[in-house]
Amino acid sequence: MMLEMNTRRALQSHIATPRFETPFHPRIATLSETNDWYAWAGYKAPHSVFDEELEYFAIRSTAALFDISPMVKYRIAGPDAERYLNRLTVRNVAKLGTGRVHYTAWCDDHGHVLDDGTLFRLSADTFRLCCQERHLPWLLDSAIGFDVEIEEETMQIAGLALQGPTSFAVLSKAGFDGIERLKPFQLAEFAHQSGAVTISRTGFTGDLGYELFVSAEAALSLWDRLWTAGQLHGIRAIGYAALNRARIEAGFIVANADFMTAETTLRADRARMPDEIGLDWLVDTEKVNFNGRKAILEARRNQTLKHVLVGLEIEGNIPADGAIVYHRKSREAGLVSAAIWSPLAKRNIAIASLTRPYGTRLTEDLWVEIYALRELQYQKMMKRARIVPRPFIKLDRRAATPPGLF
Amino acid sequence: MKKYDVVMIGGGHNGLVAACYLQRAGLDVLVLEKNDWVGGAATSRELTPGFLYSNCSYVCSLFRPEIMRDLELPKHGLQVIAYEGGAVFTRDGDYIASYRDHDSHRREFARYSKRDAEAYDRYARDVTRQCRFIQPLLMRTAPDPFSFKPRDISELLYLGRKFGEFSAHDMAQTLRFWTMSISDFLDEYFETDVIKAYLALSGIIGTALGPMSPGTAYVLLHHYMGEVDGSVGAWGYARGGMGAVTQALASSFRASGGTIRTGADVARVMTRGGRATGVILANGEEVRGNLVVSNADVKRTFLKLVEEDALPETFIHRVKHFKMRGSSGKLNIALDSLPEFPALPKNSSCIRGDLHFTDSMERMERAYDDWKAGRYSADPFIDMVIPTTLDPTMAPPGKHFMSCFVQYCPPQIEGRDWTDADRDAFADTVVSQIADYSPGFRDRILHMEVRTPREIEAEVGLTEGNIFQGELTFDQLLFNRPVPGYAQYRTPVPGLYLCGSSTHPGGGVMGAPGRNAAAEILRDMKLKPAEMSPAHDVI
Amino acid sequence: MTSSDPARNTASAFDAIVIGGGHNGLTAATLLAQNGRKVVVLETAAAVGGATRGYDIHPGYRSAGLAHIVNRLDPDVAKLLTLDVRTSPGALLPTVALSPDGKHAVLRGAYGETIDGISPDEAKAFAAMRKKLMFQAGILKRFLKRRPPEIGKIRLNDLGAIAGAGLSLITKGREEGRDFLRMLLMNVADVADEYLSDDRLKGLVAFDATLGIHLGPRSPTSLLGLYYRLTGETNDKSATQYVPRGGMGALAPAFEKAATAAGVTIRTGMSVARIIADRGTATGVILASGVQVTAPIIVSAIHPQATFLKLCDSGELDTGFVRAVSNIRSKGNVAKLDLALDRPPAFTGVSPADHRGRLVIARSIAHVENAFNPAKYGEFSPDPVMEITLPSLADPALAPSDGATLSALVEFAPYDLKGGWESGKPAFQKIIIDTLERYAPGLSSSIVASHLLTPVDMETQYSLPGGHWHHGELQADQLLVNRPVNASAGYTTPLAGLYLASAGSHPGGGISGLPGLLAARHILSGGRA
Repeated sequence: MMLEMNTRRALQSHIATPRFETPFHPRIATLSETNDWYAWAGYKAPHSVFDEELEYFAIRSTAALFDISPMVKYRIAGPDAERYLNRLTVRNVAKLGTGRVHYTAWCDDHGHVLDDGTLFRLSADTFRLCCQERHLPWLLDSAIGFDVEIEEETMQIAGLALQGPTSFAVLSKAGFDGIERLKPFQLAEFAHQSGAVTISRTGFTGDLGYELFVSAEAALSLWDRLWTAGQLHGIRAIGYAALNRARIEAGFIVANADFMTAETTLRADRARMPDEIGLDWLVDTEKVNFNGRKAILEARRNQTLKHVLVGLEIEGNIPADGAIVYHRKSREAGLVSAAIWSPLAKRNIAIASLTRPYGTRLTEDLWVEIYALRELQYQKMMKRARIVPRPFIKLDRRAATPPGLF
Repeated sequence: MKKYDVVMIGGGHNGLVAACYLQRAGLDVLVLEKNDWVGGAATSRELTPGFLYSNCSYVCSLFRPEIMRDLELPKHGLQVIAYEGGAVFTRDGDYIASYRDHDSHRREFARYSKRDAEAYDRYARDVTRQCRFIQPLLMRTAPDPFSFKPRDISELLYLGRKFGEFSAHDMAQTLRFWTMSISDFLDEYFETDVIKAYLALSGIIGTALGPMSPGTAYVLLHHYMGEVDGSVGAWGYARGGMGAVTQALASSFRASGGTIRTGADVARVMTRGGRATGVILANGEEVRGNLVVSNADVKRTFLKLVEEDALPETFIHRVKHFKMRGSSGKLNIALDSLPEFPALPKNSSCIRGDLHFTDSMERMERAYDDWKAGRYSADPFIDMVIPTTLDPTMAPPGKHFMSCFVQYCPPQIEGRDWTDADRDAFADTVVSQIADYSPGFRDRILHMEVRTPREIEAEVGLTEGNIFQGELTFDQLLFNRPVPGYAQYRTPVPGLYLCGSSTHPGGGVMGAPGRNAAAEILRDMKLKPAEMSPAHDVI
Repeated sequence: MTSSDPARNTASAFDAIVIGGGHNGLTAATLLAQNGRKVVVLETAAAVGGATRGYDIHPGYRSAGLAHIVNRLDPDVAKLLTLDVRTSPGALLPTVALSPDGKHAVLRGAYGETIDGISPDEAKAFAAMRKKLMFQAGILKRFLKRRPPEIGKIRLNDLGAIAGAGLSLITKGREEGRDFLRMLLMNVADVADEYLSDDRLKGLVAFDATLGIHLGPRSPTSLLGLYYRLTGETNDKSATQYVPRGGMGALAPAFEKAATAAGVTIRTGMSVARIIADRGTATGVILASGVQVTAPIIVSAIHPQATFLKLCDSGELDTGFVRAVSNIRSKGNVAKLDLALDRPPAFTGVSPADHRGRLVIARSIAHVENAFNPAKYGEFSPDPVMEITLPSLADPALAPSDGATLSALVEFAPYDLKGGWESGKPAFQKIIIDTLERYAPGLSSSIVASHLLTPVDMETQYSLPGGHWHHGELQADQLLVNRPVNASAGYTTPLAGLYLASAGSHPGGGISGLPGLLAARHILSGGRA
């Protein structure tokens, strides 16, 4: 329905600030030394805050605060919410208990991944879906025949990721009693001021960490509460550059970076099935029908899957992002979509998309051609690459319950 | 008497494009233009002191960058200034704008509907997919499916391969897209009427169809295929008005040794033994050429300039039934100061874009119903731009030139000719609509030129004032344009070619018909088309 | 609904369930049964026949159903069903293009093989146009009598059909081929204007091209509607029309008889509530009564939107598919007026014999176009166009001996009438009757009762979503590989075991039986998608 005239007029002023500020922006802006911003889904977001390399070490050694408010959030509620999400997404939502979170993906009719994201079961019939891209028409059209309400709440709900070995200590210190009982992928509500904050033991770093969701109005007070509590625990605000390093180490993929989402591709051959981006483990073919099920099963049966996403360990220490992967140094086999020298693993790691049978039947004798621009000259090198399992790092502290203090 | 290699009838943009390519290929080309200036429908004219009017075409988006480069048009003064978005004013005092910034665009649409705001990306993606399919066809001669020449067959196979790049689902979608109305197409994405009305306007501009007519989804592509500096779909103003395009072409043409004669009205095409040998001017002067190329529309060329008995019966029958009913009018206005639109926020960028007042599909379609009945629209659709908000060359400082493109406007009023009184009444439908949204608008008007199809035909020579030299319906596209079997720029008269918008790929200041025609002529002459760079890749 | 209750379950006694006992459902059922399948037809109404099902207008007066003339009963269907609904040779019905001045043009034979009441020049012009269109329709016909090709994987026999069409074009010469590709998507008005000068004939072809379709004669692609009519075959001859022996009311029993004879079980008064499906396979249906009927093959011969959006759990379908099905344009444009008259009407200037034909009120192209315009905005025209038959002349049982019935199909009656049909109906009815009165003076004083069915009435009374008799607009973007939607063209559906067989599938509506026939053939051939 078209919005009312007065509501519309009140919103006219959006054009004055093409980059919205998140509810946490005043704090981050104060802390920002680098003044290094980028546009994330229409928001002004920090690329770095004080030093992108040192920020990474905050994630791995102390506690890092990262503003995830620009993530797109949908609230899905109603008697059919579980049934609806079970049809929408590839994973079995019936197995997702109240107070739990799971990582999932959803596909179009052709089995092509529309996006991946995290699904929070807030109550028996209330969920929050958190993702990178916007999907309201798809979510609404998927609701035909279901008793469910869908509301986009990106603006209303502010989000923070608190990640790193001392993140538990910070939350304890901040007075979130009972946080010690929270297991990975569990969530719970905690009192904050007159309202509540939802804390889940989730994150994008492969480390001990939490994500906190709170109404936009309570955002700054939540920040302050964490910040004060974190002072003795090395809390730092970080930008995306640091987070990106951590997520590569953890082997996580990013929509429209490591794969293209189906509704955004201009070229028909760019869309990917879950099996082609390493998400086959999410797909539950035993559960009720879900979008793309038929197409995915057909592709598996007819072996028409064309790609595979792999983790690579590459000789040397030069990051290979954007490099072409070769088989026997000659046949093009794929493309590296993300790569870093891992400070934690001390290995040169990468996420790559390979064209089958490379990466499936042919896994040996793979090479990447790295073009490293050094003082206006490309240093070209052909480096051996080995397919390795993801995540590239495994940290016991991530899953320990109760978590350690550092 | 001097005999030219090529005599070009008409100095419109396509004629000049073809002439440039032919001249550069080493031929001696003469362009004959009936007016005292070249440019056809791409002109900048000082009709009131101090003001330059783009008095026909008014935006530059379709002009092929390959041609600008080949003919060195920047060197000859062409500069295209990108402009930002625009808006539709709503009757309840609001507006909806489009912005180049993706997030601002989404937030603007979300003011009306969150769903529509998020649907826009998929819509834009789907339209872009179709554009990417069609764009390479612009710079190719349409293959004749009933010729069995190797070239036609290989071109058909090329098209087949292009189509084959789609998934089966996309192919089926493409078949739907090509035959749908823009209204039905938009219904599949959007729920808000004003958003649909805004997006639909590109489906009707220049056509004799309403937004509910099948085939208008394709017309949308025709307008979206434009490029400014490589960004698909961007629109811009030619600095100095649309005449800057043709002035640059003329300058490029002269620089390569070509000759232009203005005030030279061609009366007949001369033939000997069935072959075109030159033209006779209205004053009786004969101008001889080995080849004659007509930039005029297909009706003007074959119903006025060529002896009918020289032509096959079916051909002349088809030409007579070629549809080119004018559907638009134009108001060119010199303004004392920048008009105010109280609905817009202060300093809104929208004023530099294209502005509209038709906020519902029904109003747009009803405007078309009037035209079908042989009347100008009582509540017309207006595409309004003020180029002087970005281009300082077209009006004195502080003063402005405003171009209002108006649909619908028939070539005749209920079967009779236009009168001056009709024209004034028509103009008032436009001015009063603008004045409804812009207080004091009438008082700012210093001078106004009103053009109905009658004026457009009289000055530019476009039959029935049709700005595309022929309607863009299926039966007049690709291998059907202008006449099946004669869609490759050649005509039944050996030595006579067509190069105007009556030919594939049709109207708009695009230049592609001119370039494609030049390529075919050079092929016939077994000359290498020098300096004709390949069509830009769509990767 | 207790599917676990064994007492209420019937065993899977059937090989195939056909949902909907319209003529397409019955055709499909008959063909399946003739090939050894045990078939049950489930029909919501008390009788089968679908749109051919009659209703009472008034005590003693009856209408034979929504259709009042046969113009495309496929000969293969007729043969297969041994339908005895043929008319006697030579009794093809004329079409009278009514003129307000009583000087009508009468088309005889197959779509005006000869025409009375026009000038010799016009006769020549019409013959030339007719010849051209009949030839082109003949090419299209090749594609109407077969399953639409699967895009992306054209098969050998598809290539055969395409090559066949190509060949017949080429043998006619390049000019004909080029003209075909030029004309295919044209509007009927431009074609009529190119050939004809007589407004009556132009109005008639404009009317015929747009009847039942939401297009005006000047809308691009409107010629397709005329082609569609010209491809209609009855009595082994294209472009003909007739009323069968015993009237239109004889049709439904004939289909029913054929089905019963083939061993089909027909259950009327049985409304299907759900199609049972699980993870991509349909296995049966649940009736409104809660009874479950299972079968490996389920043929839905009702509207595709009803099939997928009402009977299927949308969770069993993918979102894109549901979206596409929701986007099918299927809003009816035609109203049907039945009049019970105390005496046979007399249309001025129409011979007694020609009263048995089809009388068309469409004075000119502009008349049809102007009648269409308001429909775009949910309004009806004060000057509608219509075709009229007098059913009781063919089937005297429809009216008392001295009385008569009149049936008029009136364009354009928008489904979404602004203000609703509740209030619009009396006004529209008055307009229609006033129009009729002008052509048949005295008619209004002979009216015993009248019965107007708007698209909304058709929707409720015939379970026809949108009240659209084609089960979806018969427009270029909803044809062939896109009918009803691409993922369900060719009678298969995303659910294994579920097939479509209604007018909503290729080739479309009209009493042809072709969707039912082609669907059943496909099922019998293995039924793979």
